[in-house]
Amino acid sequence: MKNNKTARGYLVNTLVIAAAFILFQMLTGIFGGEGDFKLVLVPSLWQCCYLILLAASLNLVLGFLGQLSLGHCGFMAIGAYTAALISLACERAGVFTDKAGLVYILIIFGCIIAAGLLAAVTGLLVGIPALRLKGDYLAIITLGFGMIIVNVINNLPFCGQDGLSQGSAAASLYKTGLGFGSKAKVTYLWIALVVTIVCLTLMFMFVRSKYGRAIRAIKDDEIAASASGINVSSYKVLTFTYSAFFAGVAGALYACANSSLSTSSFAFTNAGILNSTFVVVMVVLGGMGSLTGSIVAAVIMFFVNYQIANGSWVAALPPLINGIFKYPMLVYAVVLVIVIIFRPRGIFGTYEFSLVRLPEDIKKARARRAAAKAERKEAASHG
Amino acid sequence: MLEIKDLNVFYGAIHAIKGISLSVDEGELVSLIGANGAGKTTTLHAISGLIPSASGSITLDGADLRKTPANKIISMGLSHVPEGRHVFARMTVEENLRMGAYIIRDQKTITKNLDMVYSHFPRLKERRRQLAGTLSGGEQQMLATGRALMTDPKIILMDEPSMGLSPLLVKEIFAIIEELHKSGITILLVEQNAKMALAVADRAYVLETGKISMSGKAAQLAQDDRVRKAYLGA
Repeated sequence: MKNNKTARGYLVNTLVIAAAFILFQMLTGIFGGEGDFKLVLVPSLWQCCYLILLAASLNLVLGFLGQLSLGHCGFMAIGAYTAALISLACERAGVFTDKAGLVYILIIFGCIIAAGLLAAVTGLLVGIPALRLKGDYLAIITLGFGMIIVNVINNLPFCGQDGLSQGSAAASLYKTGLGFGSKAKVTYLWIALVVTIVCLTLMFMFVRSKYGRAIRAIKDDEIAASASGINVSSYKVLTFTYSAFFAGVAGALYACANSSLSTSSFAFTNAGILNSTFVVVMVVLGGMGSLTGSIVAAVIMFFVNYQIANGSWVAALPPLINGIFKYPMLVYAVVLVIVIIFRPRGIFGTYEFSLVRLPEDIKKARARRAAAKAERKEAASHG
Repeated sequence: MLEIKDLNVFYGAIHAIKGISLSVDEGELVSLIGANGAGKTTTLHAISGLIPSASGSITLDGADLRKTPANKIISMGLSHVPEGRHVFARMTVEENLRMGAYIIRDQKTITKNLDMVYSHFPRLKERRRQLAGTLSGGEQQMLATGRALMTDPKIILMDEPSMGLSPLLVKEIFAIIEELHKSGITILLVEQNAKMALAVADRAYVLETGKISMSGKAAQLAQDDRVRKAYLGA
């Protein structure tokens, strides 16, 4: 019975997203077809898709398993470069010539899966030694991984000038068949949505499975978990690998949505939206242990970042405050501090938002609030 | 049932367990007593595979435990109740108990064992929907013990069940241990509270700086002058 309910939850959520997508297509169709509105909004949707995947996948490690990993963007970089290089090879071999047709779409999906797999293998190789460490030490080693992988990619001959430039030649991704222009992004928006939905479903299934219960137990108490017969280290490595897979997929989507790849976009920190620190902020903001929280936080953070970078109101601010916004990390640091003071468990905590359960949850929350109120009243009358 | 021969454990260069031998027979309650740092917890950790041992042998019904990883040992019928009441604080009592049966696939067996645990610990049944972190110390100790029983083990290792509990609760916990023993469960008990440990046990070993200095019937040890001076405060 419980499984039926879960399955219904997946179905309802997917249907709602599909309906929203169709509605979106129809509305933008009414308001001027391939008009400006759509061309502005669609790239944002692409960005949201890969940020959601990135945040949700880190949440598996950070929120559910409770291990701090600071090199998550390293896996994304691997995914992005894998996808780009495979599609470049296909293009050079003449498998596809123009960016259309069934073969082309199959290659894109192939690139996305390959990107995830290579990232997962790297996750496994890094995870086996790294997850023997705990806390600060694990943070340091994953931080190191994030930095090393960037240098490795920079120095690989086939990632350099012969293959993908290190960012000096813009538009190099177009040659590979990825790197969608505005129009292609509109045409292939469904790819991003399908990939995101499938990946999120896989993550939800993971955390609701036997494995999910085990990793939550490990987060709660490692000694008790191993006393219950859970192989702590192998579950840690498994989660790390699984999480790396989705970071790799996010990287492939990133390669589709951008005109050039530059390793600096995947660094530990940088001036942009995409870096390992930023992903950690998203997970903490959304709630460690809530995948839906990560989705919401990724969208919020994207919006905040977009406003800081492009909002006209920022330019209108006095120069002193305006200057602060030139350093977005400063803003995120403040956001993080505010979250930790006022809502230490993040927006959602460990609560999972579900359309199916929403009416029930609202009822429960009301009952709780009423009970708390009654208690206060009683305390006051006694007091 | 459980046989340990000439066991040696090192922490780096420190020789923590220096060739101890002990045995627990079926249905017995054996206590391992000793002062802080004598190596009691280390011995239990070595038995259940949480730390590697350097040499010697540990066998359970003839099967070698030293070569078995910790997560497999539990399925061989040896459960460990760790020191300090490690429960899953953010899970309910029942979820905690079900985690204890993580290695069991058959739902019927799990339900059967759950009923068995609830019959030993009626208080846990009353609180089965409560978060484990909100239980009192004594109840958490019951929960950790109940969780170890969820696999219906041949033997359970209990590490300092009296730790951090008020004298009244210590009495209660020991009454439960006695009751478990009477129902036929084999127990290896590690305790600092030598008085209580000797009162409930069939046999006992005294561990001193990594070596077994005395062993024998618990009742006789309780009368022994050296034990009385060193551990019973008489």
